Amino acid sequence: MSFDPILLFFILGLLSGVVRSPLRLPPQAYELVSIILLLAIGLKGGVELSSTSFMSLLPQILVVAAMGLALPLLAFPVLKIAGRFPRADAASIAAHYGSVSVGTYAVAAAYLANLGVTFEAHMPLLLVILEVPAIIVGVWLAKGAAANGQWRSLAHEIFSGKGIVLLLGGLAIGWIAGKDGVATIEPLFFDAFKGVLALFLLEMGVITASKLGDLKKYGFFLVIFAIGMPLVSAIIGGWLGLCLSLSVGGTAMLATLAASASYIAVPAAMRISVPEANPSLSLTASLGLTFPFNVLVGIPLYLEIARWLHA
Amino acid sequence: MQNESVVLLTIVTESSIETKLIETIKAQGAQGYTITDARGEGSRGLRSGSWGEESNIRVEVLCSAAIAEKIESTVQAKFYKHFAMVMYNHPVNVLRPDKF
Repeated sequence: MSFDPILLFFILGLLSGVVRSPLRLPPQAYELVSIILLLAIGLKGGVELSSTSFMSLLPQILVVAAMGLALPLLAFPVLKIAGRFPRADAASIAAHYGSVSVGTYAVAAAYLANLGVTFEAHMPLLLVILEVPAIIVGVWLAKGAAANGQWRSLAHEIFSGKGIVLLLGGLAIGWIAGKDGVATIEPLFFDAFKGVLALFLLEMGVITASKLGDLKKYGFFLVIFAIGMPLVSAIIGGWLGLCLSLSVGGTAMLATLAASASYIAVPAAMRISVPEANPSLSLTASLGLTFPFNVLVGIPLYLEIARWLHA
Repeated sequence: MQNESVVLLTIVTESSIETKLIETIKAQGAQGYTITDARGEGSRGLRSGSWGEESNIRVEVLCSAAIAEKIESTVQAKFYKHFAMVMYNHPVNVLRPDKF
């Protein structure tokens, strides 16, 4: 089995975190690296959108948004009843797992490209769509009717967040500039994509390692959930991909999107909107387990699921 | 030219609440503030500053003792329960005390 070098960067980060090496990307460099990734993903999708009609994508957009609403509703009772988490914590974790991780998406895109598997180029649009609904469901699950006065500030928090602004911004720039226009900035955003992703994964490895220690604190149920939930979500995502007649690559992508758990947009929104939820609980699950699981094991598995569904 | 009644109020807290905190501080009458990125460890564990959700800020406000007291009680009521936060103040000598 040949290992993609970007995964080796992730493992290097993990190991250096485990042996407590002082290695880390300077915070500003990490910020820049994630900005480049978000823009690159947006740009790539935007360029392709310039040659597609929006109306033809509408069914996919609606189905994916519905999936974003449904996944946290599925996770919440499991966490609340089986996991015996307090309401706020269960809602917050559920929101993390209903939303998406752009880092996981980037790794999946690189993995499929490596294998020569193509996928629908408007996937970044679905990525953006999937970020939002889970946050709203999460806040509603935590607060119920008490959340009513909060929606304005929550909407601002979500739509002014770095992830959404850069993804939507990239999509818009790519869409307006088109393929020829974007050609001049290709060296940074497309050619260097995998190098930048490698740096990003190095830092993610370090962060993941720092979360591993917390796992012991939160017990066995969280471990089961952090691995089990992505598997269930991936099957739902893959099945929806099949229903939407996406390609094998597109189905694998949608399965990956469903399986991934947010660690940027959702934690920020939940911290503000549901402050009583323990942020370290959901981050330990999504960063300490689900992210490495998806990156190292999940993505190849989801491709196999997609192939099996299409067979 | 120096004024003993000006205090330096320092708040170390999670960067995620920066916007809300600043709104609160200004609403109590502070004329300005200074924010620096920070990292450290406390009762809420290590705040390594290595990435967004784990980063801290240190907010410094120069103001009159009366305003400092107002800020302290409002901030305490609003944020102490759920957020990692420490707050302290001490009297300082400043030039141009009329600014504060």
